[in-house]
Amino acid sequence: MPKIKLAENTIQIIKDVCAEFNNSEGELINVLHKVQHKLGYLPAEVQEVIAKELNASVAKVYGVVTFYSFFTMIPKGEFPISICMGTACYVRGAEQVLSEFKRQLKVEVGESTNDGKFSLNCLRCVGACGLAPVVMVGEKVFGRVAPTQVKQIIAEYREGCPSEVAKSA
Amino acid sequence: MDTILLTIDNKPVVVKKGITILEAASSTGVHIPTLCHMKLDDLNIENRPGGCRICVVEVEGRRNLAPACCTEVADGMVINSHSIRVINARQTVLELILSDHPADCLICAKSGKCDLQDMAHHLGIREIHYKGEQSTYREDTSPAIIRDVDKCIMCRRCEMMCNEVQTVGVLSAINRGFNAVVSPAFEMNLDHSVCTYCGQCVAVCPTGALTEVDQTAHVVRALSDSSKTVIVQTAPAVRAALGEEFDMDPGTLVTGKLAAALRRLGFDYVFDTDFAADLTIMEEGTEMLNRLSRFLEGDKSVKLPILTSCCPAWVKFFEHQFPQLKDIPSTARSPQQMFGSIAKTYFAEKMGIKREDLVVVSIMPCVAKKYECGRDEFKVNDNPDVDYAITTRELAGLIKLANINFSRLPNEEFDLPLGESTGAGVIFGTTGGVIEAAVRTAYELYTKKPLPKLDFNELRGMDGIRQATIDFGGFPLKIGIAHGLGNARKLLAKIESGESEFHAIEIMSCPGGCIGGGGQPYHHGNAEILKKRQMAIYQEDSNKKIRKSHENPYIIQLYEEFLGKPMSEKAHHLLHTQYFDRTSGSSH
Repeated sequence: MPKIKLAENTIQIIKDVCAEFNNSEGELINVLHKVQHKLGYLPAEVQEVIAKELNASVAKVYGVVTFYSFFTMIPKGEFPISICMGTACYVRGAEQVLSEFKRQLKVEVGESTNDGKFSLNCLRCVGACGLAPVVMVGEKVFGRVAPTQVKQIIAEYREGCPSEVAKSA
Repeated sequence: MDTILLTIDNKPVVVKKGITILEAASSTGVHIPTLCHMKLDDLNIENRPGGCRICVVEVEGRRNLAPACCTEVADGMVINSHSIRVINARQTVLELILSDHPADCLICAKSGKCDLQDMAHHLGIREIHYKGEQSTYREDTSPAIIRDVDKCIMCRRCEMMCNEVQTVGVLSAINRGFNAVVSPAFEMNLDHSVCTYCGQCVAVCPTGALTEVDQTAHVVRALSDSSKTVIVQTAPAVRAALGEEFDMDPGTLVTGKLAAALRRLGFDYVFDTDFAADLTIMEEGTEMLNRLSRFLEGDKSVKLPILTSCCPAWVKFFEHQFPQLKDIPSTARSPQQMFGSIAKTYFAEKMGIKREDLVVVSIMPCVAKKYECGRDEFKVNDNPDVDYAITTRELAGLIKLANINFSRLPNEEFDLPLGESTGAGVIFGTTGGVIEAAVRTAYELYTKKPLPKLDFNELRGMDGIRQATIDFGGFPLKIGIAHGLGNARKLLAKIESGESEFHAIEIMSCPGGCIGGGGQPYHHGNAEILKKRQMAIYQEDSNKKIRKSHENPYIIQLYEEFLGKPMSEKAHHLLHTQYFDRTSGSSH
């Protein structure tokens, strides 16, 4: 794992979040949740700061981070792509959509592209089963996605003007 | 006291309210098998995650079986601890555990001492009906401890010792489901972590997942090399526990047989770490008195309390966790290292043996000693003062390997000069012993009067933190004692905040001190064994003719012939050390 050095203001962000939860070890999950929301991911160095602030062992923090699939130690891409693998999406072909994303982006689930633009993840049900299969890019929802549309979705984000496909959903 | 009535296996029993079914059953003589559960009574150590489900029992009126270790008794409960349903459940649970366990018992380091193996035997498992995936995880070898987590059954005992008892915080369960393992943060290797190598995880591991680095083969090789002179030292706590490996009762002293066995193994000289413990007292006691008298003269720069420094896990603990306090512990090396240093200088010169032709082996109750003897500051031209440190368990293995009938050995003496010791050296093996030994010498050097009595009962016992005030000829010397690193941390926090009033503090990493070390015969959760070993140590002390370190004639001779006086320049060079801030980077 390559070592990164955290910027002063990043450390301050983490410390502030910990302070917000009274630096209590019992709030570890909430702290991790909020820090990930702010920083996008939880690399080792971030976990070390959290452990110190909450007076918990780094091993314990790492234990919690690796237990919950929501937490990630890999930076998310500029456009995080999530494929819904809930029952409805699954039976309507989410797996084929996922394979197509993997093929196009040349990454596995949980990874990011080398240029940092995209990351690929699965999630369970976004509550839009009527639109199955559903794909989310950032906060945007794409419905009834067919494998053939995948290339187009990626291309539009890569060119920096996403919208057309989103509207059609 | 509130009591309640319940029925266990058709027998009415009256028990205390609030206890578990397991405790209730045990109080009436019913044995319920357990695997993850472990309780060390006098030390307030308990592990009951309720994870393994081996201890399930049937409770009338309850739909599911209840885990006895973490189900509280209730009035009128009717418990069946060995019904067919219970036995079936236990066998199924164990078979499932075994379905993901390497079946290499024949060659496993833990074979014969393994709780899992015992349980399979106890429950009569002859076939594993479940075939499934097997975990594969890399083996992690550090200077002292090997982690082979494929053998881990997730009982979490090591995690409890590492986090709650020792507060070192290296081990934690990580990942989930089938991929869950106990590991240091970021799955780093132990030698990159803040692990102190105290070995308490090894001491409580029910399987072969955590074991010591076995160095017996190196020792055998050295013994069979005719160009080498191989000498051995044996730590105080070893003689109070080794007998257990040969089916003797816990607390049986085997000092004489130990010396005889080492001689039969082929060591050229059989010496005693107790000699070096006496030497430690001369140096550490003098250092303590120096600091104390400067303090009493009003020297504000003097650091008090002075902390003992015999325990390598404790040293590594403060180097990682309290580096800002690293000038408070005594600079005296541990007895193991003092012995090595004196052996490879004074003794080697005396005998006309070249340093590189002398091999020093130590028998230790400890796994951290393996790491300690490898530290760079204890080497001269890359040649270590102590070449190999093997545990009490490894020595037992070596004795068995050499086909020595241990129980029929005669009692023999240690060799001279490095085998002569006093009662003060012996008690180094138990919590409270180092400071009691130091007090015996420091009192007489300070007051210039003989001690009225040698037994300091106020310093003895098993409480995690103890304190006592000793009258030093009118000066009240305040002493603190902690065993278990969690207790040490509490005392250190008080020193940091300036609340500590102690002049001297003894710290040992393992609960009970070295008698409970990570290299001792496995206690399998029975704290009584530790108490018996402690009694044996004090017994050996009171049997000794000389019980004060400064009266050891060979220590006196060593200073006269070689060192000059305690804290002399030569003594500084050979018997003292320095500590390092290990807060950043690896542990080496």
